[in-house]
Amino acid sequence: MTGQSAVLRALRKPRGTAPQGFGKTKRRDRWAAYPIVQGVLFTICATYLLVSGVIWEPLFHTGYEADGYLSPLFSPLILFPNMPSWLSPGLLILWIPIGFRATCYYYRKAYYRFYFADPPGCAVGEPTIHRRFALENAFPFILQNLHRYAMYLAFIPLFFLWIDVIRAFGNWDAAGVAHPRIGLGGVLFLVNTTLLTGYSLSCHSLRHVIGGRIDCFSCTRARRIRHTLWERLTDLNRNHMWWAWTSLVTVTLADLYVRLLVTGVLTDPAIRF
Amino acid sequence: MTEAHIAHLKVFRGEPGGATRYDEFDVPVEEGMVILDALHWIQGNAAPDLAVRWNCKAAKCGSCSGEVNGKPRLMCKTRISDLDLDEPITVEPMRSFPLVRDLVSDVSWNYEVNKSIQAFTPPAGLPQEEWRWQQQDIERVQEYRKCIECFLCQDVCHVLRNHETEKPFMGPRFLVRTAGLEMHPIDEGDRRGYLKDTGNIGYCNITKCCTEVCPEHIKITDNAIIPLKERVADEFYDPIQWAWRKLRGKPAAGAAGTPLPMLQGGSASDAPAAAKGDKPTSEG
Ligand code: SF4
Ligand code: SF4
Ligand code: FES
Ligand code: FES
Repeated sequence: MTGQSAVLRALRKPRGTAPQGFGKTKRRDRWAAYPIVQGVLFTICATYLLVSGVIWEPLFHTGYEADGYLSPLFSPLILFPNMPSWLSPGLLILWIPIGFRATCYYYRKAYYRFYFADPPGCAVGEPTIHRRFALENAFPFILQNLHRYAMYLAFIPLFFLWIDVIRAFGNWDAAGVAHPRIGLGGVLFLVNTTLLTGYSLSCHSLRHVIGGRIDCFSCTRARRIRHTLWERLTDLNRNHMWWAWTSLVTVTLADLYVRLLVTGVLTDPAIRF
Repeated sequence: MTEAHIAHLKVFRGEPGGATRYDEFDVPVEEGMVILDALHWIQGNAAPDLAVRWNCKAAKCGSCSGEVNGKPRLMCKTRISDLDLDEPITVEPMRSFPLVRDLVSDVSWNYEVNKSIQAFTPPAGLPQEEWRWQQQDIERVQEYRKCIECFLCQDVCHVLRNHETEKPFMGPRFLVRTAGLEMHPIDEGDRRGYLKDTGNIGYCNITKCCTEVCPEHIKITDNAIIPLKERVADEFYDPIQWAWRKLRGKPAAGAAGTPLPMLQGGSASDAPAAAKGDKPTSEG
């Protein structure tokens, strides 16, 4: 053990001269602008989605489905007999995308910077209470290592969202007769689900599972196929942040749209066939 | 000469243990001038004892790393014309490392970390002239080999700069190097246990400052650190993979060998049946 601890001692970085303390830096650019804009936008969307998906229904019972459009926060709709009135059906499904985004490598960067100031910016001093903080090396953030499971689960609601897109355009009635239409809601659902699919497919963990964990790509035919897939996912992954933001905004808008239909504020403009 | 053609530099001066200060210099700006040129002008005209380390002046040796207006940069690659000359330009050494003198910091700790990484481990007894791999196997690794060891990423990393962690952290530069070894098609080493317990990859919270400063534009976080975190998760944090390894009676990390393309006939056009799993968890 002494050998190991000697190695660990040698690996400890000697102290530098960087000024310590929150916000201490010689940077003159507006380093705070970017994390603040991101953090505020994220907080607005996340708060809206939580209120709409979890709190609103039990309080106001306004409904989350209108004109054949089911809010993406409630899909697939899970209802069971004697459901307690405080329980929003949204909650039964939302924990999956919440877990997916909370452990997402991109969102981690954004919220560690904005909510924890860890770091507030690059080469910018941190609050000194951070000094002994173990980051992702200990509980709770070590749980981020389970991100792949959140990713696996996230494909389940995504599958149902694609069914919702088809239903939005097919517009089947209770008797099973289709009344096809191209409505604003359907277009919004299509865009939203496409962006959510892009977000899920550009996930770092998926990229790893599909091909990243292989060392020798050319060794077998199966691996050569996985290499091709890995390259495609890598292309998507380059813009993971973009997918994360656009899909967060469109899922917020899609839910808002359905809510506005439900309450009669809007009617869905549609071309009907 | 008009005011616009003078750059005001505030240069960090001092020695270990002693008081540090910023000396101010007015430097006449010439076309194409970089910070390192300005420092040479200061050495030649105002402060011959100013200590600065440099070598290639071509952004390739990684010697002239420092901080310009608070940002970790190569001083030979930072053009004065890109900076706002209305205010003084602050020039400092890399502040995450101990000071040698003035703009020179002591980066020797990095070489200690480097030594702790298991070196390239090709199959024992395989002569070098028989090492074979395909371009698609090696493309990913080539990105990591662009590193010029400027240690700017180490300098900016907040874990090394601001935290006093209980265990050491190897830092982004050495995660890049380890990634290149771990993903090498014929390397037989398994450094995942090292990454988790010695290099402590868990301290990285993927906030990407290293990627932002890398002068070689290596996508350090996306292409080296995150893939390594995923590999460490395969071995240590994934309960299903753990159960799967137990079921199949696979050995623990480090004991498994690499099936080698050149030992199996070399050609990539056919699929050798023996190539199953280059790491215990490779076939997911
Ligand atoms: S991404 Fe990780 S290694 Fe890179 S600067 Fe941030 S904490 Fe350090
Ligand atoms: S990875 Fe980039 S920033 Fe880090 S030492 Fe290498 S070249 Fe410099
Ligand atoms: S969803 Fe962002 S990394 Fe997996
Ligand atoms: S002097 Fe070689 S990188 Fe700047």
